[in-house]
Amino acid sequence: MKKHWYDYMWIVSVTYLLLGFFNILFAWLGLLCFFIPLIIAVVKNSKGYCNRYCGRGRLFSLLGGQLGLSRMKDIPDWMKSKAFRYGFLTFFMTMFFLMLWNTYLVFAGAESLKQVVTLLWTFKLPWNWAYHGTLLHPGVAQFAFGFYSIMLTSTILGVITMVLFKPRSWCVYCPMGTMTQLICKAKYKAE
Amino acid sequence: MIVAQKAKIRRKSYVDEKFCVACGCCAKVCPINAIEIWKGIRAKVNLEKCLGCGKCAKECPASVIELREV
Repeated sequence: MKKHWYDYMWIVSVTYLLLGFFNILFAWLGLLCFFIPLIIAVVKNSKGYCNRYCGRGRLFSLLGGQLGLSRMKDIPDWMKSKAFRYGFLTFFMTMFFLMLWNTYLVFAGAESLKQVVTLLWTFKLPWNWAYHGTLLHPGVAQFAFGFYSIMLTSTILGVITMVLFKPRSWCVYCPMGTMTQLICKAKYKAE
Repeated sequence: MIVAQKAKIRRKSYVDEKFCVACGCCAKVCPINAIEIWKGIRAKVNLEKCLGCGKCAKECPASVIELREV
């Protein structure tokens, strides 16, 4: 089969995670994988991001598919249920807004910058080697730490389900995927 | 001479629309591009084209594709 440029998008995903080890401010780039799918869903009315460009999806199909790290078992029924998918989306967005709130507190001067990356919303890892100061407000760095935590956490969850079930099991409950599908459904109903 | 015709069992892919997440993994592995992601909502198999090879069913992360006899 013909290779497309977007077959190599996994490199972007890996690079993103690596850059976060050296300078946390690169975490801001992650906003691209947040807005591009939404824009594609709203403008082009499709899940083109998931279908083609998603670097994380490519990474998982590479690890689980080509490298065979996946057990290739069916995902349990509850994980593909609407309740779990929408529940996870709600939970994810709540944590996202909490992260924005923490950023706001730093901007407002009520809290000081915490140089930690929170894994799975619980485990706080010191991450001070990746912060070398910023020309802007420390709140900018606080957002970067928060956003990198989200990206790393979701990658870890994705890797766990990739090993347990199928390579791209993350796609089943990916909050971005659920959100873009909801947008497409809403637009179809509106038509 | 009578040639006994062997009944050939044909299988085709069916998508469980309720649980399809429209991720596009199936469309990606389909060797003849018989699957499209319909309006970003779910996968749609072109049954005219489908060969029933089962690659999509194996790939589907939500395991919502199954091969049915037609």
